[in-house]
Order: sequence, then structure tokens, then C-alpha cells
Amino acid sequence: MSNIKIEIRQEDVSKIKEICASYNRDPQELINILHACQEHFGYLPAEVQEVISAETGIPVAKIYGVVTFYSFFSMTPKGKHPISICMGTACYVRGAERVLEEFKKELKLQVGQTTPDGKFSLSSLRCVGACGLAPVVLIGDKTYGRVAPDDVKKILKEYE
Amino acid sequence: MHILVCGGTGCQSSQSDAILSNLRDEIEAKGLSDKVQVILTGCFGFCEKGPIVKIIPDNTFYTQVKPEDAQIIVEEHIIKGRKVDRLLYRNPETKDAVGDSKHMGFFKKQLRIVLRNCGFIDPENIDEYIARDGYMALGKVISEMTPQQVIQEIKDSGQRGRGGAGFPTGLKWEIASKNKSDEKYVVCNADEGDPGAFMDRSVLEGDPHSVLEAMAICGYAIGASQGLIYIRAEYPLAIHRLKIAIDQAREYGLLGNNIFGSDFSFDIKLRYGAGAFVCGEETALIHSMEGLRGEPTIKPPFPAESGFKGKPTNVNNVETLAAIPIIILKGANWYNKIGTEKSKGTKVFALAGKINNVGLIEVPMGTTLREIIFEIGGGIRDGKKFKAVQTGGPSGGCLMEKHLDTPIDFDNLVAAGSMMGSGGMIVMDEDNCMVSVAKFFLEFTVEESCGKCAPCRIGNKRLYELLNQITEGKGSMEDLDRLRNMSVVIKDSALCGLGQTSPNPVLSTLDNFMDEYVAHVKDKKCPAGKCKNLMEYYIIPENCVGCTACARVCPVNAIAGERKEVHQINHDVCIKCGACKDKCKFDAIIIR
Repeated sequence: MSNIKIEIRQEDVSKIKEICASYNRDPQELINILHACQEHFGYLPAEVQEVISAETGIPVAKIYGVVTFYSFFSMTPKGKHPISICMGTACYVRGAERVLEEFKKELKLQVGQTTPDGKFSLSSLRCVGACGLAPVVLIGDKTYGRVAPDDVKKILKEYE
Repeated sequence: MHILVCGGTGCQSSQSDAILSNLRDEIEAKGLSDKVQVILTGCFGFCEKGPIVKIIPDNTFYTQVKPEDAQIIVEEHIIKGRKVDRLLYRNPETKDAVGDSKHMGFFKKQLRIVLRNCGFIDPENIDEYIARDGYMALGKVISEMTPQQVIQEIKDSGQRGRGGAGFPTGLKWEIASKNKSDEKYVVCNADEGDPGAFMDRSVLEGDPHSVLEAMAICGYAIGASQGLIYIRAEYPLAIHRLKIAIDQAREYGLLGNNIFGSDFSFDIKLRYGAGAFVCGEETALIHSMEGLRGEPTIKPPFPAESGFKGKPTNVNNVETLAAIPIIILKGANWYNKIGTEKSKGTKVFALAGKINNVGLIEVPMGTTLREIIFEIGGGIRDGKKFKAVQTGGPSGGCLMEKHLDTPIDFDNLVAAGSMMGSGGMIVMDEDNCMVSVAKFFLEFTVEESCGKCAPCRIGNKRLYELLNQITEGKGSMEDLDRLRNMSVVIKDSALCGLGQTSPNPVLSTLDNFMDEYVAHVKDKKCPAGKCKNLMEYYIIPENCVGCTACARVCPVNAIAGERKEVHQINHDVCIKCGACKDKCKFDAIIIR
């Protein structure tokens, strides 16, 4: 499991319990519960999964299996400005790979990592459906369209 | 008069919200609020030139509108009746402005049935859907038809499922209706996973009620009272609009207990996906809805016998459902006259890649690839040469020049070595390396394989490794045979649709672009100049003017040369990033 150990605060435990209760602690609602918890915490550390397990009666190993199965769920915290590069086919044929390379180079990060200061995290995703704007980069909620490798420095400057 | 502003994801990413509010302010400031309505609609499909603003009734089609253009649109067009020339769409060949959407090449060949309301109504207002005969089909089936008649109508229409496999919709409903149970479920599969396909999202964002209405009709036909929409969490706007639509439909009594005063009750809940491509497979989708890992199981039993919570479950794709209300209203005999002998109706395609008009289009089955790419799509970008078109997403194949005149339907695409899939259509030009494209799709499959069966988990990984070797110049001719043999074995032995189709990109590129594979293996060359290990950048002395632009942009200082003298690239240092080639204005840098 994740090597990050966090202290989970009492109020966070209450929040998880509240979320589980809103779904009647129904094991079939596990994915909705995980969505709600990730929205609240930003990620799903092992400690959160343990509380969900206690609430719903689903073994923690099963929860871990579900969390790691779906790419939307993450066990590591994302950066303050999460950067996602669309690697859908449309973006790929229009050169998304080189844009991703440029971000990796500029931030000295690999996909799935977060900068030590917690500012940026880098991920690739499959098709946001804005194929007319390919290649597309998302930073937080902001969408950048028709991104060329040359634009990367300029884009990152906006967040300094 | 109506001003329609596109509120699809593509246009919203380029500030269509600000355009909308500026237009509303402008209309109000000029005291025109009672005469002119400004409406946020779903996607027009012409994403390439977004954001789009359309004026009704004259169908003026403004492209690439900026928020600050609101003033001129209102002052010139709305008040003075003069079209704003600089915002009109221009014919790419003649450069003439095109006054209305009816005369645009992009729309001329289209027939919009599934997308009938997208870009026309406000998706967040149920009254607009009702004004376009919305929920009339539901009223008709409940008051005038028996469930058997509804199923017969859909069977007669000849509609086949748009999710990929093309299974006849009416037959699916019939099987689910015949299985007796105290509870049955209608599931809408909105887990649109094919990278580069966005038709389901556009329908849900632009016309959510059509899907809700169709699910209720299906519920009536098969005897279900509960509907579930399994939607990707990556589609926040579609989720938002679906929630609004469900609330409004409940408020109007179109969902809930005793619909239209009958004893038929039906309600719909949302379930969220969490980013797993395999969940598009119906058994995997059902497991995911049950809170489990989205792993497929062997069929039979089919979901129609034992699906969600072990009850009979009918799973249909968004695009399939969106056509149902209009089939009921206009009749099976109207629908089955559109399309080809074995594929009826229309198909929505997401046109993307190296093409002029990226966007969402809907054409009758039987339209040729050439018509789609060169007439609707406006041809290849930057005057480059067409090389291939990839249909069917990661399960499909790459078709070439000789397939362009094939009329598209489910069976013809399979015969040509590809498939319909959900309708992604990615166009590639001479700069795309087909071995790399095959590798790209295999990389996707390897990442998305759930790991349950060995052929998919291990076989695809080996395919990927072989392709990777070839792109690095380490492949042999035996590897090509190995690729083909392994592909066939995976297809024959994998558990679910994902594994059974994942070698298609490899097989179709081997069939259609063998010379490119041979060039990689024998000559150690990548004809498209994409594979880094197989290429080197050179400066042509005759073209180089010594402007130093390349040397300045080179990230590793691999280019040397005095000002106004011919430059050279040091191949020991060069990392082949291509920055110099992009920067050179004199075409002096080539790849060999």
C-alpha cells in the first residue's frame, strides 16, 4: 500500500462516516462513496480506506483492489495545480507526446508524480472530448487548447 | 429571434460562457430582451472553429467568436440586420464567406437524427425538449401500444446497437422482456471510453431528455421500473445536465410513479464510472455499478438473463437510445429506409486528427469515407497527403486510400479489417508512422487490460514489446510473423470484447502498411520520420541562410555555425527533439 502515513483527524473520520451514511453504508455504493471521499480529501490514502471498510463492512483489501483498479482514484495527493495532458488519439496524432515530454523536462517530473513543493502534479488522461482543440492540456479546471511544445514554459509561468 | 451559443465542452473551454453573458448584457442594454432570446445550447458539432454562435431564423453561423464580439453581433446583426462578415465561416478553397449553415460543406451531407436537438435547444430546459415533440413518444407507447408492439416496432426499424458490436436493439429488448423477474433494470452505457470519440458526451450535454425518454420507453417495453445511467466521472458537464434533466422530468411527472396516469412507473439514477476502459463491456459495467472491480465475466449468462443484482438487465448505448423516441414517433418504416440493407439509420462520427473540420457529424449509413473526410471534413490539414483513417478506437483498424470509397456500415468496416466501434474516426496524414500508431493503441490496451485473462494481460504486453522493438530499429522479419500469429491467438482466446479486438490495430496495419513495417525492420528507417531511434536531422546546405534560429532553439546546443554561414548538427549530441526543424523558416532541416 501507499508508503505515505498520515494522521487522520477526528473530524475527517466523522466526514467519512457521514459520506458512508448518506449512501446507507451500502457496499454496492462503494464507487460513489470513493468519489465523494476523493472529492473531499483530494486523494484516497490507506487510512481513509480503512474507515470506509469499518463503515461498510467491505474488507479493506477489496477496497484497495477497487481503488487501484480505476485510474480516476489516486492514493497520492495531487499538486496544487494538477496538470493533465490529454493522450487521446486525436491529441496524440497532433503531437501531444512532445507536449508531455516538454512538461516532464520543465518540471523534472514523471507522469503520476508531484513536485516536492506540492505545487504541480503531472498526469496523462484519455480524451477530454475537446478534440477540436487538440492537443489539449488541463491545469486545474482551466483548459489550454492547441498547445505546442514551445508554449509550455509560458503556460507554467502563469502559475509562478 | 434567437441567438444560440454553443455550450459543449469544446466551446466552453474557449470561453463560450463569457460570450453568453456578454450577449445577454448587450441585448438587455439595448432593450431587446422581449424580442431576442439568448440561449446556451448543446454542441453544434463544428468544434474546429469554436466557439460557435448561431442566429435563428436566418441560420447565420458565426465561428471563433470572442466575448468582445458580443457588441458588434448585437449592434450590426440584430439591430441593423447586417451580418458580421469577419465572423462568418469561410470556404477553405474560395475564401468566400458563407452566409448560413445550410450552405456549409460541413453540414450539407449530414442527416441529423440522433443529434436532432443538439445545438438547437437549451438542454437545461425541459420545455424546449417538449416543444420539439419531446416525451410524445413515451406518451404514445404508454397510451396506445403494448410492450410487444413497442419491441416489434424497434425490431422492424432494424436499429443495431451503436456501442460497437452492432447487436440488434429490438432483439435485445425482446430477450430481456421474455425473462421473468420481479425486478428488471434498464442501463444506459455512457462510459464512453474510446479516446477520440465524444458523441455520447455531446448527446448527454446537448439533449439529455432524449436519453431519459428512451430509457423509460425501454422500461415499459421490457417491464422494468428502474433505470441506471453509468457515466464517466470525467464528464462533469454531462453529469450536471443529466441531474437537471432528471429533476425536471420528475417534476413534470415524466419519471416517477404512474407516468401519464398509467400504472407504469419508472425512475432513473446515476452511477459514476471511475476511469476504466473495460467498463464499456456490459458485464464489466454491471460489476462496476455493484461497487466491484470492473472485470468482465463469461457470457452466457447474458445481462438480459442475469445482470445487475442478478436480475434481467438491458444495456444500451447513449447513441442507440437517443434515436428511440424518434423511431417510435416517425415509425419503423421511416427509419429502416435510411441506411444500407443491414445497417439502418444514421451514425454519429467524431471526426478528428489531421483534418480541416474536426467535429461531430451524423450521416446515413452507407456514406463513404471519402465523402466524410473530403466533403464534410474538408480534407487534410495544411495540404498534406491522406494516409490512413482509424475507425473503431483501440478495437478498430487503420484503413487506407483504397478503402475510401467503401460505403460505411457495420459489416463493410469489419470486412475491410476495421470496425464501427463507437464512431471515432481519426484521420492521419503522411507524417504519421503507422507502426507507432499501432504501438500507441497497444500501449492503451496494455494499460486498460483488467488482467483477468492471460491472453489479454500477457499477450498484449508482448505485442507492445515487439512493436516497441520495431520502432527502435531492433525488429526482425520473424517479429512480423510473430506479431501476426500472436494477434490471431489473442483474438481467439481472450475473455471479453476488449481482448478479442485489441490486436486489430496491429493486424490492420500489417495488412495495409506492410511496407512501412519492412522499412523499419530491414532498412532501419521510419518513412514518416517519427521514430526517434531511426532518424537523424540534417541541414541542407543550399537552403540554410545562417540565421542561427535553429542553434538558438536547440536545447542541447548540438547545432554549430557562424552567422550567415551554413550550420551543422552534431549527431552525437542531438536528442532528436525536432525543435530546430519547427523553427527553421527556410525548410533547410530534414529528417533522414
